[in-house]
Amino acid sequence: MKEKLVLVGNGMAGVRTLEELLKIAPEKYDITVFGAEPYGNYNRILLSPVLAGEKTIDEIMLNDRQWYEENNITLHTGKKIVNVDRKARKVIADDGSEASYDRLLLATGSNPFIIPVPGHDKTGVIGFRDIHDVDTMLECAKSHKSAVVIGGGLLGLEAANGLMLQGMTVTVVHLMDTLMERQMDPVSGDMLKLELETKGLNFLMEAQTAEILGGDRVSGVRFKDGSEISADLVVMAAGIRPNIELAERIGLHAERGIIVNDTMQTFDPKIYSVGECVQHRGETYGLVAPLFEQARVCANHLAEYGIGLYEGSVTSTKLKVTGVDLFSAGDFIGNESTEEIVMKDAANGVYKKLILKDNKISGAVMYGDTVDGAWYFQLLRDQTDVSDFRASLMFGQAHLGDSGHSGENAAAAMSDEMEVCGCNGVTKGCVVKAITNEGLFTLDEVRAHTKASASCGSCTGLVEQLLASTVGDYSASTKATPMCKCTDHCHDTVRAAIKDNHLISIQAVREHLEWREPDGCAACRPALNFYVLAAWPAEAVDDPQSRFVNERVHANIQKDGSYSVVPRMWGGLTTPNELRAIADVADKFEVPMVKVTGGQRIDLFGIKKEDLPAVWSDLNDAGMVSGHAYGKTLRTVKTCVGSEWCRFGTQDSTGLGVQLEKLTWGSNMPHKFKIAVSGCPRNCAEATIKDFGVVCVDSGYELHVAGNGGIKVRATDLLCKVKTEEEVKEYCGAFIQLYREEAHYLDRTAPWIERVGLSYVKEKVVDDAASRQMLNERFIESQKYSQSDPWAERVSGKSAPNEFTPLKVIPG
Amino acid sequence: MSNWVEVGAVDDIPRLGSRVLQTADGDVAIFRAADDTIFALRDSCPHKDGPLSQGIVHGYTVTCPLHNWKISLESGEAQGPDEGCTGRYEVKVDSGRISVELK
Repeated sequence: MKEKLVLVGNGMAGVRTLEELLKIAPEKYDITVFGAEPYGNYNRILLSPVLAGEKTIDEIMLNDRQWYEENNITLHTGKKIVNVDRKARKVIADDGSEASYDRLLLATGSNPFIIPVPGHDKTGVIGFRDIHDVDTMLECAKSHKSAVVIGGGLLGLEAANGLMLQGMTVTVVHLMDTLMERQMDPVSGDMLKLELETKGLNFLMEAQTAEILGGDRVSGVRFKDGSEISADLVVMAAGIRPNIELAERIGLHAERGIIVNDTMQTFDPKIYSVGECVQHRGETYGLVAPLFEQARVCANHLAEYGIGLYEGSVTSTKLKVTGVDLFSAGDFIGNESTEEIVMKDAANGVYKKLILKDNKISGAVMYGDTVDGAWYFQLLRDQTDVSDFRASLMFGQAHLGDSGHSGENAAAAMSDEMEVCGCNGVTKGCVVKAITNEGLFTLDEVRAHTKASASCGSCTGLVEQLLASTVGDYSASTKATPMCKCTDHCHDTVRAAIKDNHLISIQAVREHLEWREPDGCAACRPALNFYVLAAWPAEAVDDPQSRFVNERVHANIQKDGSYSVVPRMWGGLTTPNELRAIADVADKFEVPMVKVTGGQRIDLFGIKKEDLPAVWSDLNDAGMVSGHAYGKTLRTVKTCVGSEWCRFGTQDSTGLGVQLEKLTWGSNMPHKFKIAVSGCPRNCAEATIKDFGVVCVDSGYELHVAGNGGIKVRATDLLCKVKTEEEVKEYCGAFIQLYREEAHYLDRTAPWIERVGLSYVKEKVVDDAASRQMLNERFIESQKYSQSDPWAERVSGKSAPNEFTPLKVIPG
Repeated sequence: MSNWVEVGAVDDIPRLGSRVLQTADGDVAIFRAADDTIFALRDSCPHKDGPLSQGIVHGYTVTCPLHNWKISLESGEAQGPDEGCTGRYEVKVDSGRISVELK
């Protein structure tokens, strides 16, 4: 017989726990849910937009009654649990009905804090907590004029904004001198106040409520200083208190909230608790991201998997008032041991403040332009040392400009028709609608449903902002993001396990680390294949079925299923013979388009898959090999003409380019890798936007690394200056090897170096000669196994030829 | 009327791989899962006609090489929030030889 699980509290945290539980152990429990409200589970965070008239109740339902039926969950709505018999293990509802349990989950949430001033119990004095409160407010707005909101925090401002949009005259009363003082510093708080005043809200600051006036129904508010203001409606939004009424009645240990350990278990081992009613390591939480983290951990333990601990959350906040962009996280006030970087442009309504402690971000407040909020939050959570890019930190992650979304950086200020994702043509309205209608909470979910930011990713910051401003708060991925859905291990753990345990096949890795899917998936297989090849170049065997099609067939798949072919031209140099051979191939195979690439090569488009081996054979005969224009490997070495011809050239840049290409071609890497060599600082080969760029100067060679010319333009960092070509090659080999050994699969050098820091790379490649030598030696060693022309191998029949021929042809 | 055609041997297809059967009505992708189960789908993703035969096979699913849609090998249906379906064909394997029922 199945065990019985009873959930008390039909809200977001409790039901999320059930959803997580059903994902991993759908058959383990008979589940019964008690909710005091007469609805299914709805998205409480979106009550503000409902009040503002931007959404309906139906739109914010997360789980309707059908969901409970489909999952065989018994749902009792409108029933409040008033007691629990812990000995007999049963819960008792206010209508006398009972349900017995083996495990009990308390998710009783929180109550609005009603300030106990005289008159607080009059009609027309309410909190802002549930659908009933919203209905009361909407009803009141129809027949009454003026409203007072007590509390200038997140909830109060959202309530005030909503009531104003419903046509009421609204005054916000706040005890402190700064609005949202738990999220804003005085400067940003004032900017917010000014903006809300222009929208039409009134404010009474530093005002302490003394009494609610009126007969049966409220008529006004009197303050400590004796002044009065009239009001037909008073909304108490002075904070929330964990609802521990039931816990206290049944003798479950609680302080401000119900005390739980890192597995979300209370002092009664049969009883778990999640959500706003919980006190964990001294903290209570009122935002959705931490509650969902708790839900995941709790579900794991309810399923008796026994892995995963909840270790507390760092939270960030967004205000859901349409058109207002603000963001804050961490300790944004600072103290004598912290430093701050501030940027203020009041006329443009932009303010940003970062608090640093020991060169790590400890807090951030942003107003107006919040697109980098998610990035700062990630740096804060990861405690990344920012000293290497501190000078440009304030200008955001994409300080040279992202492409594809018209430079938009204020998500809330965008209109619904404006395009967020330039790759997939997704508008802001589309994203917001998907988030609310489908009940989405994570970036991955938004990508899956809308495709926004799912291609090139350059609009990720915008999508994260939309997510944050729609659901109210948002946690970027945690420090150790799992590699994919097949495992909970992150890239670094997997790479370490491969090395420490001598795992030489992807099958061995999956078995050793207990992958959930025996075959893995299209995301983890190519990564694992690269990791084992990079760690054990002499022993690991390449798995073609785990490579993306381009790498498997050594050509680039095009939208119509045909392929493009790029022969290698060392350093961008070619000869009349090579050009003739390319022309002959283009004629013979009726190639529809011949194009010169950005990397100084020639690309033949529209080649049928079955013709590929014959095309390669002809190109091989003319002495050409694969240009690897398709792979996670060295693409091209771009050069300018240099001292051989150019009157400005200082060194032989073409010659050095050819040498570097001969050194590095064929190497398996985490992502594509581009090199350029310029003969003088005029830099005609654009070396300062390459992964490894050499700029020749009269006295030697400047080495630049981690540039990127694509989605996010990023100029290189100067690694160092060297004197000889031999040194250039050694540093190049060492840099590539460090990247190969330590970057995550699909990391270009730019994000990798931003994560580990330029100082770290300099330490390994520049400062420590022995480390550099060893890295370079490992690179040379691994090249022994990767420098064979894949085209020639295919042509000679060394590798499986059948991929290129149909299994069978059935004539019509 | 059934139209069963023998197309080749199981071992002609790499495990977790695919080969193409060319027909007058277009290409059919024949897949071989890790457990040697054979599936046949029209070689065209319901999204933008990507050649599914070129995708990465995992479990009974193939990921399209063009835009990473995941298609069920058993039903031909797109997985997750994506919606769409590609045609599937009946397959039988007898003594290591594959037959496909063409329409």
